[in-house]
This record gives sequence, structure tokens and C-alpha cells, in this order.
Amino acid sequence: MAKNESTQPEIARPYANGVVWRRLSPLATVLVLILVWHWITDWQLVSRILIPPPAQVLQSLAKALADGTLAKHAGTTLGEMMLGLPLGVSIGLAIGYAIAKAPLLEYILSPIIVAFQSTPIVAYAPLLIIIFGTGPSSKVVTTAVIVFFPTLVNTIVGIRGVSPRLRDLMRSLNASRWQIFRKLELPSALPVILAGLKTSATLAVIGAVVGEFVGSGSGLGVLVISARSQYDTPLVYVTVLTMTAIALSLYSLVALVEWRVLVWQRRST
Amino acid sequence: MRLRLQQLAVSYPAPGGTLLPALGPITFDIADDEFLCLVGPSGCGKSTLIRVLAGLLQPTAGSAYCGDALIDRPLPDIAIMFQDANLMPWRTVLDNIALPLEIAGVAESERHQTVRELLPQLNLDGFELAYPAELSGGMAQRAALGRVILQQPRIWLLDEPFGALDALTREKLSLELLRLRQRSRQTIVLVTHDISEAVLLADRIIVLSRRPGAVIADIAIDLPRPRFAAMIYQPEFLRLTKQVRESIESLRD
Repeated sequence: MAKNESTQPEIARPYANGVVWRRLSPLATVLVLILVWHWITDWQLVSRILIPPPAQVLQSLAKALADGTLAKHAGTTLGEMMLGLPLGVSIGLAIGYAIAKAPLLEYILSPIIVAFQSTPIVAYAPLLIIIFGTGPSSKVVTTAVIVFFPTLVNTIVGIRGVSPRLRDLMRSLNASRWQIFRKLELPSALPVILAGLKTSATLAVIGAVVGEFVGSGSGLGVLVISARSQYDTPLVYVTVLTMTAIALSLYSLVALVEWRVLVWQRRST
Repeated sequence: MRLRLQQLAVSYPAPGGTLLPALGPITFDIADDEFLCLVGPSGCGKSTLIRVLAGLLQPTAGSAYCGDALIDRPLPDIAIMFQDANLMPWRTVLDNIALPLEIAGVAESERHQTVRELLPQLNLDGFELAYPAELSGGMAQRAALGRVILQQPRIWLLDEPFGALDALTREKLSLELLRLRQRSRQTIVLVTHDISEAVLLADRIIVLSRRPGAVIADIAIDLPRPRFAAMIYQPEFLRLTKQVRESIESLRD
């Protein structure tokens, strides 16, 4: 592939042949893991009650899909996330921007924010359930709370990282506050904010599921608990893998947006 | 347009609550259409002066006027060009140059048209869709120059705009600057370290002293225009260069 490096510098063609393999390699990892899993169960290294074979999990998946169990519970969890994630992210963006612009606010708010962040969410999730009830709204709140912090921190870092000399340029062009935000601060901070959003996307699943663990009528967190109490280990696996799939898709979605938006960064390296 | 500096002084807050005088007080006028070069040792407040004239920095004392208007904020008639190109890395060359028009609310098709007409003069043909990181230093500075041109300022403030470039590129860009200026004459204030560059470009050179900067020499450069690179070998050019150099060196004691 890259044998002709001496005649053609590597930098001249950053997306050479290797890219296909690099893209496929995560898939290969998954395949190997499934194979190992299969062998472990096939050779009875571990009891099948603890680790059911992949085929059995697949059957359970088919059943949960057919009778609508999975769709119902995943739907609840997704719904909570789809409300909680934007809610937490918008609040994180707004407060992060305010703190970046007014350092005094940081002194006022940082004790609360750090206290919130350093307390495990499992510990105060019951509190949120008491306040917001066992319906979806309490899970929207746990999700919002958990995604708030990475968004906040990355927004502060991103906005503070805006070049002071580009600020001078915008001022000398008599740009309005809105123009400075829209044409300088936002695009300049976007790489950092999107990195935070990737973290938030994966945390959103945790937020919703932790809320459901504590008290809920439906959702993937509820399904895990009920499957476990019925010793339906394959269904536990199906549910956990569904959560993984949701987190991965959401992460990939943000990564895709990042890839589309940050063309200039790829071209600049 | 005329610039007036009256008892202008700038101090910066220093550790311990004291004020560190950086510039002045200085008083001088810059005539309409004049090409003025500011030279002086590092840290003499040249850049500070440029920032005050750009309306980016409030003077501690005294005031600066553009025509009759007090410079207490960035004025639309005055444009500044920075030490490095100061382009936005996420914008293409086209959109970087078009920024002043975009801020002014000009429609996208119209501003792109305007920039495309300007590109040949800037020798940036074919690079309109490149990103700043893909440009050489000289090309990036030419894009920055294009951005200043589109502001259509009456006064250009140039803070060592070619300082980071190699000597030959710098000379070439300086002369391009003169050529671009001849079409519509503006007042130019150029900060530079390079005495030859100052003599080659300016109508007048002001030498600033060490911090806090004060005017120690005000030298008229009456070389004929248009200027060209080979002028640097002429006796008159050498005499003026020597005069500027001696006034700067008189500071070293």
C-alpha cells in the first residue's frame, strides 16, 4: 500500500488505501469478541446461566422484538434521552457561555456545580425521583443533569480559547455582539464543544437508565431488573446490548456531524 | 483623512498596583494621504499606539482624532492589519477576505463576486477555496491585505504586517502595498523594525524612543514616487537610511 513513500510523501494523500481497513477494524474486534464468547459457552467454561451462548441471546432478541417488549422499553428510554440530552446540553451551553464571558459567575456558581458533579448520580437519583415522580420526567432530569457537566466545561474551555486577536479584528470591523458570537466564538469553540457532546451522548444513556433503575414503569433499566429477577439472563444481555447500541449510534451521530462540520480541521493537518 | 494625536499617553497596570508608562505623552499630526512609518526599539509602544488609533485601546491620557472625530471606539474609516495574517482557520480564503462585507450585511453572491474580482491583484487566483493552514505566510498576508482593502478604509494601520516573512517576500509585499495604494490614496501608518523598508515606503518617518515612547526624530522622506526596489542603492536612499539609523542608535547609551 504505502510502499512508494520515497517518491510520494505520505502527507500528499492522507486518505490512502489503508482507510478501508481502518474503518473495518472495529467490526473485526466485535466479530472476534463474539467468537470468543461463543467458544466460552460452547466449551462450557462458564455456566450457561451466567453467560448464555450468543445464539440464545439472538433468539431472545428475536422474541423481544417480535412481542414488542424491546421496542416499548427502548422507546421509553430513547424518549427520555431525546428530551434530557438537548435540555442538559442547552443549559450547559448557556451557563458555560455566561461563565466564560463573566469570570465572576464562575466564583459564584462553581461550588454548586462542582458539588453536583462530584456527587454520584446514583446517590441523588432517588431524590430526583421523589421530586419529579416515577414518570419519564424524572429520567429526563437525570439525563439532563449527567450531560450538563461535560457540555459546560467544554463550552467554557472553547469560548475562553477564542483568539484575542481575532476578537480585536471583529471589534475593529464593528461587529455586533451577535455577529461576534455567530461568526467568531461559535465556530472557534465548536471543535471543543463537539468533543464534549460526544461524551454527553454516551452519558445520556447512563442518565436515563440510572433513573429507571431507581423507579420507573418502563424503560431499558426496568427491563434489565425484571429480566434479572426472572433469571432470564439472555434478555438481560439483549437489554444491555441495546443500551450499548443506542450509546454507540448516538456517539457516531455526533462524530458524523463533527466530520461534516470540521472539514477545515482535516484539511489543516 | 488626517489623524491628530494630542498629549496621548498610555500606561499599563503593573504588579503592585503601580502604572507602567508605555507610551507618550506624544503629540503629532499625520497629514491626509501621508504614508507614515513608525520605527523604534522593541517595546517602545509602537503597537500600543496603533491599537489606540484603531480604537481597540483607550489612552490613559490625551486623545486621538480622526478628522474631527474622537477615536474612542473602532471607526469605520480606519482599518488595522495585524502582525500575523490573523485569518479564521475555519474559513476559506474567499470567506476570510469577504468578512468585512459579511459583517456589513452584503449578500453572499455579491461579496463573493467582489472578492473574486480582487483575487488576481492579490495573486491568490485559484486559492479562494483553500483554508489558511494551506497557505504560505506570504499568501496568508496577501489574503489579510485583501480583507483590509474590502473595508475601503481611508486610513490603514499596519502593525508590522510583514514582520514574520522572509526578507524577499517582505520587500515584494511592501511594493505591492504601494501599488495597491496608488489607485485610491489613503493615509497609512506602518509600524516596522526594518529601516530600509520604512525609507522605501514612507513619506515621513517618526522614530520613537525607548519606553515610554516619545518622538525623538521626525524625518521627511522626499524620494520620488513611484518607488521601486532598486532605489535602495541610490545615494539619497542611503543618506536617509543612515539618518534614521543614527537617530535610533542615539538611544543606545
